[in-house]
Amino acid sequence: MSKIRIATTSLAGCFGCHMSFLDMDERLVALLEHVELNRSPLTDIKHCGPCDIGLVEGGLCNTDNVHVLREFRDNCKILIAVGACAINGGVPAMRNHFTLRECLEEAFLNGVGVENPQIPNDVELPLLLDKVRPLHELVHVDYYLPGCPPSADEFLSVLGDLLEGREPALPKKLLHYD
Amino acid sequence: MEQNATSPSNQGHPSNLRRVAIDPISRVEGHGRITLLLDDENHIHEARFHIVEFRGFEKFIQGRPYWEVPFLVQRLCGICPVSHQLAAAKAVDQLVGVERLTPTAEKLRRLLHFGQTLQSHALHFFHLSSPDLLFGFGSNPAQRNIVGVLDKYPELALKGVKLRKYGQQVIAAIAGKRIHGTATVPGGMNKILSIAERDALLVDIKDILAWSQDALALNEQIHTANPEHRDFATIRSNFLSMVGSGGELEIYHGGLRARSASGATIFDQFDYRGYQQIIREEVRPWSYMKFPFLIELGKEQGWYRVGPLARVNNCNFISTPLAEAARKRFREFGQGGFVHDTLAYHWARMIEALHCAEAIYMLLHDDEITGTDLVADLGEKRREGIGVIEAPRGTLFHHYQIDEEGLITKANLIVSTTGNNQAMNESVRSVANEYLDGHEITEGLLNHLEVAVRAYDPCLSCATHALGKMPLQVELLDADGALLDRLTKGSNGMIERTL
Ligand code: SF4
Repeated sequence: MSKIRIATTSLAGCFGCHMSFLDMDERLVALLEHVELNRSPLTDIKHCGPCDIGLVEGGLCNTDNVHVLREFRDNCKILIAVGACAINGGVPAMRNHFTLRECLEEAFLNGVGVENPQIPNDVELPLLLDKVRPLHELVHVDYYLPGCPPSADEFLSVLGDLLEGREPALPKKLLHYD
Repeated sequence: MEQNATSPSNQGHPSNLRRVAIDPISRVEGHGRITLLLDDENHIHEARFHIVEFRGFEKFIQGRPYWEVPFLVQRLCGICPVSHQLAAAKAVDQLVGVERLTPTAEKLRRLLHFGQTLQSHALHFFHLSSPDLLFGFGSNPAQRNIVGVLDKYPELALKGVKLRKYGQQVIAAIAGKRIHGTATVPGGMNKILSIAERDALLVDIKDILAWSQDALALNEQIHTANPEHRDFATIRSNFLSMVGSGGELEIYHGGLRARSASGATIFDQFDYRGYQQIIREEVRPWSYMKFPFLIELGKEQGWYRVGPLARVNNCNFISTPLAEAARKRFREFGQGGFVHDTLAYHWARMIEALHCAEAIYMLLHDDEITGTDLVADLGEKRREGIGVIEAPRGTLFHHYQIDEEGLITKANLIVSTTGNNQAMNESVRSVANEYLDGHEITEGLLNHLEVAVRAYDPCLSCATHALGKMPLQVELLDADGALLDRLTKGSNGMIERTL
């Protein structure tokens, strides 16, 4: 059986969803026998190639996130929004209650102990979006994996279903609040 | 790798420099980018390490109740959420007037933090950095990852996976789940560690001790056996860390110590609640991460390094025997002075991992760990709290002010990785000049720059708690104010229709 190719990325997230993926522990080793990792923070592949599944953590907070998400959508047959941030913006979206300028000014102009106050502005810095947005506002999302973060068991359940060609459905015991 | 001869970076460079970007830096946590500007002969004119993400935490936390903060703020970082929760909790203790926790609560917090540090250090070495050190910096990129290590060194990789797992299990036993659990309450902890939970953790602790020793031996061997590792990305710097009251390595509570590159004391046992008197942070236009410096030495000379290398160099001793023996060998390697080798971060990190394993062993054998007195009597409410902790990546500062209703009015964070911002830039420059200057740029050479950054184990996820730059957006509204069209100028300078 040829391996299933998976890409993963973190956009405006905290990496907790990726850490939870690694929380499969020894089961990750078994999974990797059926899976080939493409672009991911764990590999040195910088751009997503053609993949079967894309796992995306975090919402959209800047134009880099937008480009990466488009790249994932263009290349992945199945795109999964992983975790609260990807699904509805999560904690980073708390900034939506303020204007971007207020947030920038607090960090770089009015913060405690700030030397040389100025708002960073350089061609190397991606533009920030006015609001943090969930993935589905930009691209079509095939599945949503809830949780902050989703547990390792959830990842295994969904990936197991997809590997075996079933429509993924989380068993009831995995659907719960913290 | 992206090579873009017409990138906007060329603007303002009459000599028509070529830009090479590593974007994203991989096998680190979070979003960073390295850029080089090169001339026709491939001579390096500029090498920079940028943090490209901004969050705005200091602002959006305002108006939230103080007791919510530890659980909100840990969502800055899924790798060291416990460190953020604990630093915030220490600040919250001050807000509710608690000077001293109950013995059980303090021990539970320490156990929790040792679990956090063990899992984070194991993750960094085995899952992220070991491919460079085992296969070579310029080795085949297709193999240079944890899957490659599992293929080639299955036994070693599996030990790494299990070390990390154990640290996560310690966290789960105390905080309810491995990532973003809840453990702290104002003035204490929310749950006991039951005897059954303690016994379950005791089952594997002997293996964990043995594997931590193996991981240390491997890193010590890699560093001491490769003379070229001594100079790679190496810079001389000041060091900042927390130490215990006897000058011992301390990751939960103590005073601040800063020493110069030659070992001279800049300050010692400094009460961290006065941090504003010793540290300021400079903003530079090309990174969202600020550049902190020691006020006493000024902007140019005052930058420092934090994290395992700083802590192991800075402390007088380590309180657990195996890690202390390892520290002595480390010290001998430095011939009595500081070890400034950037790649010795890995070695120092594994000394700490072993210390964590030993400390967990001791705490699990301490009867008070299963005690039931979890919350101290609350004292007089205060309007300001400052919590500092040694997170896996270095000294972490959380500072909050509240109004009379307990809502946050001001927040400041100096996250650990920020402490190494200048150092990472210096190391990137050093490697660029030493290894890339005048050469044809290859993938393998570019990975050398990432190896330099990785040594610091940067967590660029929490380094970006501040927010970035304004998008240029034009909106076309009709007479009723309904949006008809929207054009946005992207980071690549392209104008896109984004309606
Ligand atoms: S959903 Fe939770 S764990 Fe995942 S990125 Fe967001 S804050 Fe982190």
